[in-house]
Amino acid sequence: MTDEHTHGPGADEHGAMGTLHDDGGRAVRTGRLYGVLAEYDTPGELMEAARKVRDAGYTQFDCYSPFPVHGIDEAMGIKRTILPLLIFGGGCTGTIGGLLLQWWCNAYNWPWNISGKPAWSIPANVPIAFESTILIAVFTSFFGMWILNKLPQVWHPFFRNERFNHVTDDAFLLGIEARDRRFDAEATPRLLSDAGALSVDNVYLDPDRASRQMPKWITAFIVASTAFALIPFAIAAKARTSRSTEPHFHIFPDMDFQPKYKSDQPMDMFEDGRANRGELAGTVARGSLNADDLFYRGLENGAWTTGFPRQLEINEQLIRRGKGRFEIYCTPCHGYDGRGMGAVPQRVAATGGAWQARNLVDASNPVVINMPNGQLFNTISNGYNTMMGYAAQIPHADRWAIVLYVRALQRSQNASLDDIPPDHRSGIQMPEAPTP
Amino acid sequence: MSTADATIDRHRPEGPDGGKAREAFRAVTRDVAWVAEAPKPHKAWLAALGVSSIMFAIGLYSIYVLVTTGIGVWGNSNTVCWAWDITNFVWWIGIGHAGTLISAVLYLTRQTWRVSINRSAEAMTIFAVMCAGLFPLLHTGRPWFAWWMIPHPNDMQMWPQFRSPLMWDVFAVTTYMLTSILFWYMGMVPDLATFRDRCAAKGDKLRAIIYGSLSLGWRGSARQWHRYERAYLILAGLATPLVFSVHSVVSFDFATSQLPGWHTTIFPPYFVAGAIFSGFAMVFTLLIPARHLFNLKHIIKDEHVEAACKIMLATGMMVGLAYATEFFIAWYSGNLFEGFAFINRAFGPFWWAYFLMVSCNVLVPQAFWFKRVRRTPIVIFVLCLLINVGMWFERFVIIATSLARSFLPAQWSYYTPTRYDVGLFVGTLGLFFTLFLLFFRYAPVIAISEVKGAMPEAHAGKRH
Repeated sequence: MTDEHTHGPGADEHGAMGTLHDDGGRAVRTGRLYGVLAEYDTPGELMEAARKVRDAGYTQFDCYSPFPVHGIDEAMGIKRTILPLLIFGGGCTGTIGGLLLQWWCNAYNWPWNISGKPAWSIPANVPIAFESTILIAVFTSFFGMWILNKLPQVWHPFFRNERFNHVTDDAFLLGIEARDRRFDAEATPRLLSDAGALSVDNVYLDPDRASRQMPKWITAFIVASTAFALIPFAIAAKARTSRSTEPHFHIFPDMDFQPKYKSDQPMDMFEDGRANRGELAGTVARGSLNADDLFYRGLENGAWTTGFPRQLEINEQLIRRGKGRFEIYCTPCHGYDGRGMGAVPQRVAATGGAWQARNLVDASNPVVINMPNGQLFNTISNGYNTMMGYAAQIPHADRWAIVLYVRALQRSQNASLDDIPPDHRSGIQMPEAPTP
Repeated sequence: MSTADATIDRHRPEGPDGGKAREAFRAVTRDVAWVAEAPKPHKAWLAALGVSSIMFAIGLYSIYVLVTTGIGVWGNSNTVCWAWDITNFVWWIGIGHAGTLISAVLYLTRQTWRVSINRSAEAMTIFAVMCAGLFPLLHTGRPWFAWWMIPHPNDMQMWPQFRSPLMWDVFAVTTYMLTSILFWYMGMVPDLATFRDRCAAKGDKLRAIIYGSLSLGWRGSARQWHRYERAYLILAGLATPLVFSVHSVVSFDFATSQLPGWHTTIFPPYFVAGAIFSGFAMVFTLLIPARHLFNLKHIIKDEHVEAACKIMLATGMMVGLAYATEFFIAWYSGNLFEGFAFINRAFGPFWWAYFLMVSCNVLVPQAFWFKRVRRTPIVIFVLCLLINVGMWFERFVIIATSLARSFLPAQWSYYTPTRYDVGLFVGTLGLFFTLFLLFFRYAPVIAISEVKGAMPEAHAGKRH
């Protein structure tokens, strides 16, 4: 059979990471002795050797093999790792953390009513608590294993030994470190040899300390990339504590920015640089002519009309329409009875102020009662004193309907028994004379 | 010369075992490593990579159109609101599960034959989960807001709704993905160290640095192996309930809804059995050509393939039992809607999909009763392909038939995919095969250290 360990030129110049140690064929021996490395033929022999080394009282030794050799833990006297305990702790942390996270988010910080279901109900929270248990336990086993194994460690003195590079292939090695209390430059190799070693090598540290340290460029790279990775967080932290007049930075604009112009935006196309186009002199926008003075402005021959426009049929339906509009737009201030004590004045009174809206039905001061219909219409359209105009909210016909309803309100609020048709009068209790 | 001082060297060619054990271990290393070390890739590999890259490009284009236009480019409608996207999600996730099953469950049950296929099955898991994750992500319509699902303090004062099965999905699939990657990577470290040492010995410095960094300085020390094996065993123990939970959670997406055909307690076990079934089919769809191409038949042996065929036969019949049970319960429950849903499933507008599903998933695996079938790779390959098709249709049937015929007849509709549905599915197939081909070329495709540990030579020289 062939011996894989032939020492061809060049074959031994590389450490595991390809670090050169050789200076022109001569071995470098000036470094301190790190330990001895013995090779064995089979896993079984390695195990026996390990047992002998352990029995001889060595503690700073290790076996190296391409796969885990079963029974070697006991032979070497390796104590059971505490890793399972750590993983159990990680798993418990995952369960509790998962439950706490869900409780805090959905039951405490932001309870969210979904079909009246309880904000905190364990069965619905089991799947995520289970997954977080597994996740943290998996992280603990993975990272815990590497940390306990003191890996990653890309450099090790044994990598300088050529035979050691076959440990991931077919070699079974046993290494004893020189720092072991029982280490002896004569006796230790002899012990290993007597245990049936194929070879025993002394392994020396590289005299150049730099070879044992992380190359500077790797350190620099790690520091630089860590620093760069912190930049986004720094920017976010700064943004949270400072003010800016600049608009938000949109990574994904969604539909916030659309290729269209809104009013009052600049636009290069026109001379005045504005996107919106004003009315041209001598033109009227389509549907905005409003030539009928009576209907659109309440004017008849230049004076407020006392009647109603011809387009409207005065009937109960129109009064009801007016009532509906009145109750939507007018009652907040004028009140349902039109006496000017709606919700807003009541609120003003409740907060200690004194303001009331115009009494629309006041017979003792009949300003509104005496207003022509056209003026009432105009007041609704364009406002009066603190009242704003409702032209934008209420179409013309509805404004007329409100005028009609106000008239009805004025009549009803100041009614006498005579106003009621005779066959409806029975059973009606007239109140005291209406207070002025 | 070694840099060390050779105090003693009686390097005999024959030890007590005549060096035979070492020779056998060397052979394993060599046979696996040659795939990655071959200076030029195999022509078939290049051709396959070309095809899969084109498929992947189609997928990227479909994603581009989808993201820039909106999910209206898909065939999904108000009625059939989950369609190919969720079908593909469930299908891919299910495929992934065989990898975990092979690496974790078979490890715990000491099925040593798993060592020849576990590495590639685990890789398949990761790539399949990557493909699966794309679909719900893209189905959100605005995938750049996917990070809202990660609970974190934010200016919107918004927390995820943890009682929703869709959030359970997020946690289950993320945990599954991370666990699979860590499990896969951890298993690969000793083999990456093997590659590192081989590259270093040959003077291939660049590769030695890459494999060296990835192998974290692994030394194969017994003290390290001790913790490593502990961690591996516990990871396998954690991955086993995880794999069952993941597909159960996926089935909750359906089972917790009130749609007839979805609202059923049989879903979790039924989905898990289907997942294992389809996953095994996918593993062997990949491995049967690969072991032929890369000359690995003496490692991925015929017995291993045969064992997998038996698992497919068993899980296929479980799936068949689930189909039958669904029908039985639909009848036995006396629920009108449930009864209609299942009659509609078999004889409604998607009858063709239903019968495709039953033939591929229940009838096709019956061929595995015959030893001659289990021993004929080409037949197994074809049957595996059919099972993949059948399992895809199973998910499609569950989703599309139930949605297309829900409670209100006014809402009934039919589903037809668009070219972007097809493009994205083809794209994920492309992504999957591309990643798998790259993995097969550059990574240790067989768990070298585990194969060595499972060989009789691993006990050479031990006193009994």
